[in-house]
Amino acid sequence: MVSEQLVDLSRLQFAATALYHFLFVPLTIGMTWILVIMESVYVMTGKPIYKDMTRFWGKLFGINFALGVTTGLTLEFQFGTNWAYYSHYVGDIFGAPLAIEGLMAFFLESTFIGLFFFGWDRLSRRQHLLVTTLMAIGTNLSALWILIANGWMQNPVGAEFSAITMRMEMVDFWAVVFNPDAQAKFVHTVSAGYVTGAMFVLSISAWYLLRRRDVEFAKRSFRIAAAFGLASALSVIVLGDESGYTVGEAQQTKMAAMEAMWETEPAPAGLKLIAGINEAEMKNDWEIEIPWLLGLIGTRSLDKELPGIKEIIAHNRERVISGIEAVKALDLVRANPKDQAAKERLLAHQPDLGFGLLLRKYVASMDEVTPELIDRAAADTIPRVTPLFWGFRLMVALGFAMAALFSLALFYSIKGSFAEKPWLLRWALWSLPMPWIACEVGWFVAEYGRQPWTIYGVLPTHLSVSTLSVSSLYGSLAGFVGFYTLLLIVEMYLMVKFARQGPGSLGTGRYLNEVAHA
Amino acid sequence: MIIDYPTLKVIWWLLVGVLLVGFAIMDGHDMGVGTLLPFVGKNDEERRVIINTVGPHWDGNQVWFVTGGGAIFAAWPLVYATAFSGFYWAMLAVLWALFFRPVGFDYRSKIDNASWRSTWDWGLFVGGAVPPLIFGVAFGNLLQGVPFNFDSNLVSYYTGSFWGLLNPFALLTGVVSTAMITFHGAIYLMHRTEGEIQRRSRNAALFFGLLMLAGFSAAGVWLQWIPGYAIASAIDPSALPDPLAKEVVREAGAWMSNYRSMPATMALPVLAYLGAIAALLLAFRGRTLAAFVASSLAIVGVIGTAGMSMFPFVMPSSTDPRSSLTVWDSVSSHLTLSIMFFATLIFMPIIIAYTSWAYSVMAGKVTAAYVRENSHSAY
Ligand code: HDD
Ligand code: HEM
Ligand code: HEM
Repeated sequence: MVSEQLVDLSRLQFAATALYHFLFVPLTIGMTWILVIMESVYVMTGKPIYKDMTRFWGKLFGINFALGVTTGLTLEFQFGTNWAYYSHYVGDIFGAPLAIEGLMAFFLESTFIGLFFFGWDRLSRRQHLLVTTLMAIGTNLSALWILIANGWMQNPVGAEFSAITMRMEMVDFWAVVFNPDAQAKFVHTVSAGYVTGAMFVLSISAWYLLRRRDVEFAKRSFRIAAAFGLASALSVIVLGDESGYTVGEAQQTKMAAMEAMWETEPAPAGLKLIAGINEAEMKNDWEIEIPWLLGLIGTRSLDKELPGIKEIIAHNRERVISGIEAVKALDLVRANPKDQAAKERLLAHQPDLGFGLLLRKYVASMDEVTPELIDRAAADTIPRVTPLFWGFRLMVALGFAMAALFSLALFYSIKGSFAEKPWLLRWALWSLPMPWIACEVGWFVAEYGRQPWTIYGVLPTHLSVSTLSVSSLYGSLAGFVGFYTLLLIVEMYLMVKFARQGPGSLGTGRYLNEVAHA
Repeated sequence: MIIDYPTLKVIWWLLVGVLLVGFAIMDGHDMGVGTLLPFVGKNDEERRVIINTVGPHWDGNQVWFVTGGGAIFAAWPLVYATAFSGFYWAMLAVLWALFFRPVGFDYRSKIDNASWRSTWDWGLFVGGAVPPLIFGVAFGNLLQGVPFNFDSNLVSYYTGSFWGLLNPFALLTGVVSTAMITFHGAIYLMHRTEGEIQRRSRNAALFFGLLMLAGFSAAGVWLQWIPGYAIASAIDPSALPDPLAKEVVREAGAWMSNYRSMPATMALPVLAYLGAIAALLLAFRGRTLAAFVASSLAIVGVIGTAGMSMFPFVMPSSTDPRSSLTVWDSVSSHLTLSIMFFATLIFMPIIIAYTSWAYSVMAGKVTAAYVRENSHSAY
């Protein structure tokens, strides 16, 4: 049996490397479109300041992009290095979007980013704008395909188990592509990226304005960021609601945990604003609730019930019991593929196979299962409530805070007086970390809330790992964290250096802090 | 589904080969350039010239590596799982070496400080030299068989150690691979530079080209003594993939059997020799573009030779031969193989088209004057 420590370290390593990757991803996603907007204005108006804007923000974008690539490389191979059984068990479905992402998106993004930086003198204005646009499209396509892969882990549609090959196999590719979870994730996550890009430009421009330097440059950047940011912040909220709906449909455990809903409540359930969660006794000591709202978000209706945690556990206990039959039958079929009776038994219990596999955490053979273990496996299907409940609320609160900021920023942009409003500029400056926090927390909610599964309802996390030694994991985890932290420090140093220097770093002779032409 | 399963299985063996070769030709030339950087570039300006020959392209080229990984995941999930978890530390070493590249290229020129820049120069050297070395070593180990086995649920267990990978034959194939990539990079540098840098690159091309030919010959001779693997039970190419359903024997000379039974495949090793020799001759005549094509063909020959020797094996197991992974039993389902085949068929020509366009936009020699004029935007 796989040691718990190995599983925990593998999870920690995946979480750490993915969270590092997602420090850079949202800014890339957002900045590409902002660059397209700025450059379009340049091509339409011919004003050089817009070219300078594209190039300066592009420079910061490039510093970020480098680490996006570095950290992405790890993830592409980490399924194989650290999640070998997972890769075997679902590679037939999961591998396809990953490979298509490479073919359709990464090539496009990475080829044209080279021309974006190096092609200014060799391409016509229109050609260069085309290059920038293709780069942006590539980036967004990459988000689409990886989130199709990830959405399938949350809601594994279009696939069936095969006992002969001992894995899940694809039966409907288009079901995987048009998985509602994947689509909801895609739009919510790219919008989150747009918010991040907008906040980045808004904050740094606000800083220039506070210091009254490079004012024309900063004002124009600020306005673009405010408009783009408000549209994105609103869409992140609306589409976050869409994510909430798909979670309510496909993952009742996550929904119940996010909402600390211990008991099934009469429809439509209320949305808890805050609560005193008591995990040991499985209740909330106190709560403040908005009536009806959760029912509306989670079911889009007034009469459908959302099940509470206790009811889900009772229901899942039945599925574990049925799953034991499935695992036993599977073992017989693996031993003798011609055993017709076992095949039929497997088929009858197949939907619960994953629930039976949950017991492999505790016992090697299903004959050793006791009723206490069945209880434990059923209780395992609920992720821990407290971090999910508060994590979700933090993300939502940040979403509304940013929407408020962008609204004011756009309002005063239209009035034309934002540059004289230090309180607004300072607010914009200090909000800089917000989208990153919301993104990291959002992923935490989405991924931790999926536990104990890697593939929801199909493959438990503790079975998914590679059979590595614990010491290997300690070594690699330390290596990744050390290496990434070092790179992050270098990146932050450069980012701050060039942000401080401002557009003068382009060496055009039009700005403050001009660098000497070497 | 127009194409039958057995054919698709073979097609995917070819396509994985195409992706590996694409990786070696495209990412290979900028890795070779990285390997040569600290030696061929004697001062900062020369090194900037060298870096800018690949500056606009290295990232797109690296996607061959990324897509290769994704394609193996999609088409050969068991290989992706077993090889990358088994070769855990080797794989991490490749990744960590590659980490130096994006930051090396992008951050080096952003600070004007000699020790900062020389740190990244060596980073680019590591990012260029280590991956081909490790891939070569990995191939050497595949040819000898790898210590792993499956249990009845197809959980894979790797029983070797990292140091076990570094045996003499594998080190030799590692040298062949590194020499091949560096040779290729040197020829690319000759094509894109002039003067002193070009002259030094030519010397490097001569050295690494000959090293590659010598190493390739030595490995070929050595391989006669390395026992290969053969499937002893009946093969049903259309069967559902189950690696435990076959019998495998280990026998001397098995890695030569494809060349004996299909003499036409001898074209691959011949191509390796002819390509490398032609590349050297053309490079010395100043026909650098043609030389680049020839060294690309040499890469096709070398990788093709290794792959063809093992066919249909992909990853033989030395400790439990029947667990060996072959093109028949480590693949995805019929549906997934078809979808991925058509996806590749559609996107590969598009990728090649815009990549060529990107190279044509940036064509021409990179010079010291160019670097000086663009000191804020060039690498
Ligand atoms: C929502 C978007 C998103 C998500 C969830 C992920 N990525 Fe990512 N990835 C991107 C969005 C992105 C990007 C925007 O396309 C990047 C980030 C910054 C960048 O440079 O490109 C990128 C870069 C990037 C690269 C480098 C590509 C290159 O060389 O140009 C690889 C190999 C991966 N990613 C792989 C992964 C894997 C295997 C993930 C899953 C675990 C993953 N990414 C999650
Ligand atoms: C880049 C954005 C992502 C972030 C920040 C992220 C975050 C996380 C976190 C925090 C965990 C640990 C959960 C836990 O074990 O408690 C995790 C696990 C995992 N995630 Fe993600 N994730 C991201 C994207 C993805 C994507 C796109 C995929 C698949 C396509 C994926 C697949 C996995 C897998 C296989 C694990 C390990 C098994 C597990 O713990 O469930 N992740 N991720
Ligand atoms: C009112 C606002 C918001 C709501 C209702 C909301 C809702 C959600 C929900 C329900 C999930 C989980 C989806 C899943 O588990 O599959 C999620 C995930 C996530 N959220 Fe939000 N969110 C909001 C604001 C934000 C903001 C402002 C950001 C960042 C700027 C953000 C970034 C993310 C990210 C990156 C994920 C993980 C990817 C995903 O699962 O889609 N969210 N959000």
